[in-house]
Amino acid sequence: MSEMDNRPMLLEVDNLQTHFRTMDGVNRAVDGVSFHVRSGETLAIVGESGCGKSVTAMSILRLIPEPPGKIAGAIRFQGKDLLKASDREMRDIRGNEISMIFQEPMTSLNPVLTNGQQIGETLRLHQGMSAQQAEARAIEMLKLVGIPEPERRVREYPHQLSGGMRQRVMIAIALACNPKLLIADEPTTALDVTIQAQILDLMRDLKTSVGAAIVIITHDLGVVAEVAERVVVMYAGRKVEEARVGDLFRTPRHPYTQGLLGSVPKLGSSLTGETTRLAEIPGLVPSLKQRIPGCVFATRCPKVTELCRAVPPALQEKAPGHIAACHYAEVEGVAAA
Amino acid sequence: MWAYIFRRVLATIPVMAIVALFVFSLLYLAPGDPAAVIAGDQASPEDVERIRASLGLDRPYLVRFGEWVFNILRGDLGTSIFTNLPVSHMIMQRVEPTLSLMVVTLVLSVTIAVPMGVVAAWKQGTHADRAVMAFAVLGFSVPVFVVGYVLAFVFALELDWLPVQGYTPLSEGLWPWFENLILPAIALGTVYIALIARITRATMLEVLSQDYIRTARAKGVGQRAILFLHALKNAAVPIVTVIGIGIALLIGGAVVTESVFAIPGLGRLTVDAILRRDYPVIQGVVLLFSFVYVLVNLVIDLLYTLFDPRIRY
Repeated sequence: MSEMDNRPMLLEVDNLQTHFRTMDGVNRAVDGVSFHVRSGETLAIVGESGCGKSVTAMSILRLIPEPPGKIAGAIRFQGKDLLKASDREMRDIRGNEISMIFQEPMTSLNPVLTNGQQIGETLRLHQGMSAQQAEARAIEMLKLVGIPEPERRVREYPHQLSGGMRQRVMIAIALACNPKLLIADEPTTALDVTIQAQILDLMRDLKTSVGAAIVIITHDLGVVAEVAERVVVMYAGRKVEEARVGDLFRTPRHPYTQGLLGSVPKLGSSLTGETTRLAEIPGLVPSLKQRIPGCVFATRCPKVTELCRAVPPALQEKAPGHIAACHYAEVEGVAAA
Repeated sequence: MWAYIFRRVLATIPVMAIVALFVFSLLYLAPGDPAAVIAGDQASPEDVERIRASLGLDRPYLVRFGEWVFNILRGDLGTSIFTNLPVSHMIMQRVEPTLSLMVVTLVLSVTIAVPMGVVAAWKQGTHADRAVMAFAVLGFSVPVFVVGYVLAFVFALELDWLPVQGYTPLSEGLWPWFENLILPAIALGTVYIALIARITRATMLEVLSQDYIRTARAKGVGQRAILFLHALKNAAVPIVTVIGIGIALLIGGAVVTESVFAIPGLGRLTVDAILRRDYPVIQGVVLLFSFVYVLVNLVIDLLYTLFDPRIRY
């Protein structure tokens, strides 16, 4: 892989802060996250539940209800700051230039509208198609995402489809207008393992044919290894590490990433006699309602020192294209390799 | 679908039979002797007895019930003991004003209440929402006749915009007909609007928090389409149910409203018949109202399939 990526910049998220006002204080769900996506690139954002992955994704399309939410920082899409865009401009971007797939295929489709209506809606909205044109294109899209008998399915309702099929319909909706960026929030989490592989394959194929960049949000490192080019690791609303996928799996530099990789079970390890116990990260993600003075991971880190508790580590380039926020990353990175 | 409709229509038979038995028994047990009413204050006990015999009221309960049911099955609702006119004829004369009042109230209420509820849900917690909720509580609490008299006083007597009372048949023109129905429809519809607006708001709040609404937003769908296409269609089943249940409210309210606004409809007919102990008329009207209500509920159930494709009969 070449060191320099000279594809044009598509999305730049700069110091994103998404906070929620609640009854007992401000919840800093996302607290100063920055990353970028180039055209046609696949970026994965990983982390445990509650680390701010989904909120980050929703913030990009400004789907966070405001209030109680509040988004600050900058989200530049093709140079334009989406946080300064009007509602009208946002609506023109959503589903057209940036589209999104959600985690729950069973509930993400409207139960009282036909599959065709739901795919066609974006086409009529953003491309000014007539109802007939939209239906014809919806049939094409259903065929493209591998749904058999698309002419029949287009007039059916979501409840007549299985979960995997519904996620395919969601993908068809998301890709109908040839978006430049597809945000997929845990697209395979709710599906059977075999279906997961099919959906990932489909997303990969369509990515090449449509030419969209993908931001995939997941807690599943298998999915990351499968599809991503670059990875952002999030913890407690912050970015703690970012690297190309190969570098991250080979030399994870942040103790949290190391913990995540250690907690992935190895298939068949109990049969081959390997008795290594599955590593776990003790404790829970800290409450996001208090400001944490030092490193956000300090309470759970096996290598914690007084320095970590007192001084927050800055994000620092530890190797070319490999950023981590840990005081001891350089030493630990080499040791773990 | 057709098999379902057929079964449902068949099922109305036992319902109507129970209603018939109930109506008949209630009047049988109710105090007040129609013969005495007809005979007047000066009549001797013999006169009353003679009138009672001529009306057939001296015969046993079961015989009278059997005869009444048998006649109904032949399409004969009996004869008024006060006017001597066939009950079906008297009902036909009074159907138009009541039907007009009900239809105008229904259309007016739904077109006002549903958008009210939708806006309240959309703007939850704002002044608009609080205003709708306040209206809903008020609408439930103030009785029909109070609303009716206040409306008549303000808009008819003081401002002189609309007629005070009365009814003009549709055959005499659309506006004269409608003009007379505006105030009664608002008076009758207040509770109904409050009921529908509340249910619409509650259901919409639930629907608007669903995942598919988020999907619609992510697709770039505008606010109006989200509310009235994506959300309202999902909220339709409970709303339509309440509209159907509310028809009973309208039937009950029509009796009072027609008295307040002097509308010569079935409600007035019922009140007059009760005062005169004109039991064939009371029985006929109540039976008709029950039948309408049963039919309305059937229509509601069939409407469900229109709004929710997951419901199939």
